[in-house]
Amino acid sequence: MIVADRKPLEEILDSIKDYKKIMLMGCGGCVTICFSGGVKAVELLASQIKIARKKQGKPIEIIECTPERQCEFEFIDAFKKDLESAEAVLSIACGVGVQTMSERHEDTITIPGQNTKFMGYPVEHALWEERCAGCGNCVLEWTGGICPIARCAKKLLNGPCGGSSNGVCEVDKDTDCVWQLIYDRLKKLNKLENLMVVRQPKDWRTSTDAGQRRVKFEEAML
Amino acid sequence: MSEFEPKIVAYCCDFCAFAAADLAGAMRLQYPPNVRIIRLPCTGKVDAIHLMKAFEQGADGVFVAGCLEGQCHYLEGNLRARKRVAYAKRLLAEVQIEPERIDMFNLSSAMGGRFAEIVKEMTQRIKEMGPANTDRRQQPVES
Repeated sequence: MIVADRKPLEEILDSIKDYKKIMLMGCGGCVTICFSGGVKAVELLASQIKIARKKQGKPIEIIECTPERQCEFEFIDAFKKDLESAEAVLSIACGVGVQTMSERHEDTITIPGQNTKFMGYPVEHALWEERCAGCGNCVLEWTGGICPIARCAKKLLNGPCGGSSNGVCEVDKDTDCVWQLIYDRLKKLNKLENLMVVRQPKDWRTSTDAGQRRVKFEEAML
Repeated sequence: MSEFEPKIVAYCCDFCAFAAADLAGAMRLQYPPNVRIIRLPCTGKVDAIHLMKAFEQGADGVFVAGCLEGQCHYLEGNLRARKRVAYAKRLLAEVQIEPERIDMFNLSSAMGGRFAEIVKEMTQRIKEMGPANTDRRQQPVES
């Protein structure tokens, strides 16, 4: 899932300071799961904004809504009518949701209220860690299902660097060295021979290095 | 100018704080009339949004009163409420409202005296801090 973190309130207030009526749009997808952009997050942020603006003597009206997913026209279109009276949209979906709104409603500005972080999963309740960098050419098959692209600071493909110490990464003492994890996993799986193969430099054109990417599923196209 | 009379909202668990408030009344204990009690089946019902809404609608202070720790009738409702109060404190601080305006208390149904004390303590605390400066209603609200 996509993990996002709400922007500091000060920054949000500054970005909407010129408006008297906005639509605050959350998303019922990934950001609901990570507590930052669901129905509850919308209610809480709206409450905070209203309190802050009343204190400034500039009250604001907020239309609250949370489509099932903000990243598809079909779901955001349900709120088209409510949007007519709003001067701007404050979106607390991920960056994809913000852009879907921007593209669908060209005459209304959509302001992001979140910093979209990464693709990951909750390693424990309310704690998310990055697990996939969307590099476009998966290597998990020979790394025992542990990703060195998303989890190694240097994105190394041929074993750990000199900064790996007692299984911990030098970048952050709370982060495991992913190459230590890969070694341990492959040893357990009796697949250490995977590490004897020298991996060639990765072709980053499948990642973000060759501009916008596109996936097409021909048979499902209308 | 008349003295500032704060509006305080109290979210009270039915099993303890609400019963304690009842007992305080039966014992004819005096406490300030600034508190509006909201009766809950358990403080575990309280969500951060309820606490924020109280401030949004003009409260100057809020407290949540639940069972003694370890004695929640639903096992850990009061422990969850404590976390939500802490969360609301953070949200309030972000909008420059003193986090001390909101607090969590634990008491049993036999502690009528303690309930009166809590109300006195909170009222005094909020009086010293002054209005929460949200949208103070223009007209006094009839109780």
